[in-house]
Formats: sequence, C-alpha cells, structure tokens
Amino acid sequence: MIRIISILVGLFFTVALAWSFGNGAYTAITEPAPVTAEHEFHKHPKEVHFASDGAFGKFDRQQLQRGFQVYKEVCSACHSLSHVAFRDLTALGYSDAEVKAIAKGFQVPGIDPNTGEAAMRPGMPTDYFPKPFANDIAARAANNNAVPPDLSLMTKARHDGGKYVYSLITGYQPQPAALLKEFPDAKTPPGLHYNPYFANLNLAMAPPLTSEGQVSYSDGTKSTVDQMAKDVASFLIWTAEPKLEKRKQTGWPVLGFLLFATVLGFLSYKNIWHDKKKQLHS
Amino acid sequence: MSFPWAQEYKPANAFTQWVDERLPLPRLVYNAVGAGYPVPRNLNYFWNFGILAGLCLGLQIVTGIILAMHYAANAGVAFDSVEHIMRDVNWGWMLRYAHANGASAFFVVIYIHIFRGFFYGSYKAPREMVWLLGVTIFLLMMATAFMGYVLPWGQMSFWGAKVITGLFGAIPLVGEPIQQWLLGGFAPDNAALNRFFSLHYLLPFVIAGVVILHIWALHIPGSSNPTGVEVKTESDTVPFYPYFVAKDGWAVGAFAFLYCLVLFFFPNALGHPDNYIPANPMSTPAHIVPEWYFWPFYAILRAFTADFFFIPAKLMGVLAMFSAILVWFFMPWLDRSPVRSGAYRPLYRKAFWILVVDALVLGYCGGAPAAEPYVMISQIASIYYFAHFLIIVPIISAIERPDPLPYSITEAVLGKDENVPLSASPTAPFPGTQHPNAHGHA
Repeated sequence: MIRIISILVGLFFTVALAWSFGNGAYTAITEPAPVTAEHEFHKHPKEVHFASDGAFGKFDRQQLQRGFQVYKEVCSACHSLSHVAFRDLTALGYSDAEVKAIAKGFQVPGIDPNTGEAAMRPGMPTDYFPKPFANDIAARAANNNAVPPDLSLMTKARHDGGKYVYSLITGYQPQPAALLKEFPDAKTPPGLHYNPYFANLNLAMAPPLTSEGQVSYSDGTKSTVDQMAKDVASFLIWTAEPKLEKRKQTGWPVLGFLLFATVLGFLSYKNIWHDKKKQLHS
Repeated sequence: MSFPWAQEYKPANAFTQWVDERLPLPRLVYNAVGAGYPVPRNLNYFWNFGILAGLCLGLQIVTGIILAMHYAANAGVAFDSVEHIMRDVNWGWMLRYAHANGASAFFVVIYIHIFRGFFYGSYKAPREMVWLLGVTIFLLMMATAFMGYVLPWGQMSFWGAKVITGLFGAIPLVGEPIQQWLLGGFAPDNAALNRFFSLHYLLPFVIAGVVILHIWALHIPGSSNPTGVEVKTESDTVPFYPYFVAKDGWAVGAFAFLYCLVLFFFPNALGHPDNYIPANPMSTPAHIVPEWYFWPFYAILRAFTADFFFIPAKLMGVLAMFSAILVWFFMPWLDRSPVRSGAYRPLYRKAFWILVVDALVLGYCGGAPAAEPYVMISQIASIYYFAHFLIIVPIISAIERPDPLPYSITEAVLGKDENVPLSASPTAPFPGTQHPNAHGHA
C-alpha cells in the first residue's frame, strides 16, 4: 500500500516537472532568450596584483597612505566611508599626532557648545569620516539621480573586490562601434558613462581619475592614473577588512598547531587500534 | 540499553561512589561515550560525522552567544553592529567568520552524515526513530540557518527573507495572511528582524534537545556499521573508549584544520558579496540566491515553471521543495529491502550514486541564475530526485537480488569468525538482518 501511494506521489511530481520542462523547452525553441549587450560586452576585472593578496599578503603602508590621499582628494567629494574612523588610520602608519591633524582637516557635524544648535566642528580621532551629502535625496540631486555608494565595504561587496575597483576606475572608454552595430538601442544615455567593467555597462560616475599628477604624492611615487587607481583600490581593500593582516598572521600558527595535534591524534589512534586490526580476540 | 558484555561503570573512589549513588551522571557518560558503550569494530570514517556535527553545534552556540553580546537586532543598526564586531570588538572578526563559516561546516558535515545514512541504510529497523529525529534536526537547522542569515541585514538577508516568507504566500486563501503574520508586516522589517533574532537564539537549544533524543534512540540498538550485519558477539565490538575516542579525536583535528583553513584564509568564499551591501527594499539584487547549503532545494523550487492543471507553478514549487525533505521521513518504509548496507545491494548502490551526482547538479543549478540551461537541467535533476525516493527505491527494494552478506562483523573484518555455528552457511541469503525487532519481509 505504502509503495503504491509513494509511486503515485512520485508520478505527480515527476509528471508536473516534465510538464514544466516541456513548456520551457518549447519556449526556448520558439522564443529563444534575446542576447543582451551586458552579456556580450561586460568584462571580468583585469588581472592586477595587490600586496595584500595571498596567504602571506601584507598591506604596503606607503601605498595605503597614497590610496588614502586619493580617497581624500578625489573620491570623498561624493563617496562616504562611514565605517572608518580617523583613529583607524594609525593602522596606515600615521602617528597619533598625524591622525589628529588629519581629523582636524575634516569638518564633522556637531553641536554648538553655546547655543546647542547644529553646527560643524573640526574632526577628532574618535570621529568617523563625515558624509559628503546630508541624505540620499541630496546625493541624488547632485549626481544625476544616482547615489554614490559608501566605499567602506566596497571591495567585499563586489566579486574580485580590489581588482574590480581598479578595473572600473581605469576602464572608461568610448562605447565600442561593434556594440552599437549589434545593439542600436543600447547607446549610453546622456549623463552616463560607458564602462565594460560595470554590471550594466553604463555608469553615472564620471571618470574620477583623468590625468597624471591629479594627486601629488609626497613619497615621490609618480601619480599615473594606473598608480592612483591601484593605490586607492589597495586602500579600499584595507577599509573593507582592516583586520586582514591579523587574520592571515593568526591563521598560520593555528593551522600549524592543528596539524601537529592532528598528527599526534592520528599516531595515538594507530597505537590504540594496533591490536584490533590483527587479532581475533582483544 | 546495551550489549550484555558492555563494561560496567565502577566508581574509582569514595567520592565518585557518593556521586554515583545520588546522581549517576558519570555512569551515564561512561555508558554513552565511554568504555561502557560497545561499538561495532568495523566502522569506517563516515561514522565520524555524528561527532563532528555535535562539535559544529557546540561551536555555533558558543560563538553565537558571544556575537549576540555585541550584535543589535534593530533594522536601523543591525548592519552597522556587525561591522562594529568586525572592526572594533576584540577578535570579533574571528568570531563572526567562525560563526558564518561554522554554519557552512555544519551543513557539509550533516550532508555527509545524511548520505552516509542513505548508503548504509541507517534508517532501517530498528533505528527508524534515530532517523526521524535526525531529519527533524535537519529541518530545525535549515530554519535556524535561514534566520541567522537574515540578521546581518544585508541585501541578501533582506531579499532572502522576502523570497522565503513569500513562499508561504503561495498557499491558497490563507497564504498572504500567514506571510504577513510571520513577518509582522507587509515586508521584512524591524518586526521580522527581531523575531528572527529571538528564534535564531532559541532554535539551537531545541536542536541540542533533539540531538540528545537522537543519541538516546541510537544507544537503544547501538550503532549501525558498514556491513549492515547486526552485532552478534563481543568480538564484533570494541568499547567506545578508548577506540572511538581516539578515532574521533584525530578526525576532529583534521576537520578543525580544514575549517580553520577556510576561516583564516577564505572567510568570504562561501558568502555572497551582496550581503556586504546594507539592506535596501528599493533595490532588488540582480540574482537573489540563498546560501550554498540551500541551493539544491532552491533549484527544486524554481524547477516548477508551468502551472500544473489547477495548481499554480509557484505552489507546486513550494510543495515540491518541502516534500523534497519530508520524503526523507518515509525512507524506512519506502525502502523495504531486508539488506541494510548499500555495499551488498548492487542496484540500490547505483541509484544512490546517481542521487549523489543529482544532488550536486541541483546544488549547482540552484546557485546559478534562473535562466536556461540551468532551469531545464534542474527540471531533469528534480525528476530524478523525486523518482529516486518515491519510485526507484521502492521498486528496487522489491526486485533486487542482494550480494551474499558476511556471517558477522568479525568475519567481515578478519576473514573468519570462530563463533560461526556449523549450521550457518556462509552464503545464507540475509543472515545479517536477524534482529529480534526486525520486521518480516515486505
């Protein structure tokens, strides 16, 4: 009885699935899914190496400082960095005094100590990076109806994070003629910018890094667009995971200990079972 | 509760004797995971996964309790509080990665544990109750994992909650009120987040309770083994301590090594980048996918694309997705073969391995976008999935000719057993299934 019921239930599901399959197959043949411009022209991020990559990867402090400078002088005009506090910058190799000075350079929202009214005041190390716009509506109004996303977690919120940021910044180009030939409707709308590394190819952000020397590095590094893009991508890898170095450094002794303990455990297992594998009576 | 030759607990000194007479807890432990529990000597490494699952549960509870000290279950600040844990809480990043990857590790272990049960017929008499409780634990785990994934309140948290609670909306007539009742609103918001947090904290302890019943039920007949032949004499078993404590010990080490490898070097490999974007009800992600351990079931849900007579496609998908797990409850009665172990069942063994491949294919399609060819592949794979449990296994168990079984575990291990009675022919059809409680032939 139970077998008959089960076979009937089984037939119910399998026939319903076969029906769905048949319908889908029919649609796939009669109305094949259209190929989209995104599908054909979207590119995977470029290959680029960061000092923090790999199991032994460490941040390059000089590069992080340069990347921070690019963020401060270019990106911060539109993008917030809301999970990072000025105090965190000591991890970039800045001294406490330098961090204090950096914080002072930013105006953060505060309260006037005399009137109690909202006012701006110079930042302190305990403050977080201030937002460039008061709210999303203000951000939209200033940016062609797009909200510039917060950058703190950007490299973890996209596949191949660091590579993606680097590719996107350096990936602006004129829309290929082949694309327009194949998809005449896919012309980049006015106010947007073609970038094959962006998911839907057209991005509201104008190319942020356009000319060599846009940021002047104090450490003598030549600030080419490529270099600045790499530096700011490295900086954003740090902002997304400031504990990355500590994580990898902790991992090695942990794995070493576990390997040692497991080998000991295996040997004691072999030792304890020695007689059981051979003799009939224990 | 055990075999007659099981060693008896003897208090070592006056103090333990005093305790034993008043609260025989050490005796209980001794009989459960000590020298007082005789275990088949031929268990292979697939029998280590029960302990590993228990370890994962413990790990999740410990890391989870500490995370809850720093997490804030409020839609306004939940995402930021998780970042606070990652950045400012001492070793918070390690706790969170341990917990997030701990869920994955738990499911890896539990899937191996369940498929061990499928291959070796662990669900068969007299262990049906162990199996039923096990499937219950799996269902509770899925609920717990789903609600836990909502807590960081990222994009996938929000949209995952929306999709999964939306499934209840497929129920005719009462679906929508049920969905709103579950969420405490029309869409996932603070009310849903709060109750999910409350339940996410509660359910692991319910799981722990069912785990105790699961182990209790297991200790009534004792552990199964790769031959499926029941224990006959003392030479078939070894005491749990020290033999299986040693074996489990090094297996725990190997497991911890692999787990820490992921935790410290690939902590985000199993997660979705979109969950590092704060939840935004106004922006739907390009592909809404659950965590990897739900992918096979998600593929089954999405395989139903056409209405079936008067049943809407969505309702069919929901019915099928839940049935895909509920059908496991019926395994002891769907598979009536008197031979327990797949090692002696040529037809069942083939069907089993097809099921393994099928589940992997379903998993792959469940993580892929809902587009062709993935939908058509998941339709074919879902057909096999249901056919396997509901049609193929019942038929196989009626027509299959099993291979000859060894007389005993001892014979299987050593090639000979001095206890073989003269009357027992080594090629007797099913000598291994003569358990006093075994049912007759189907």
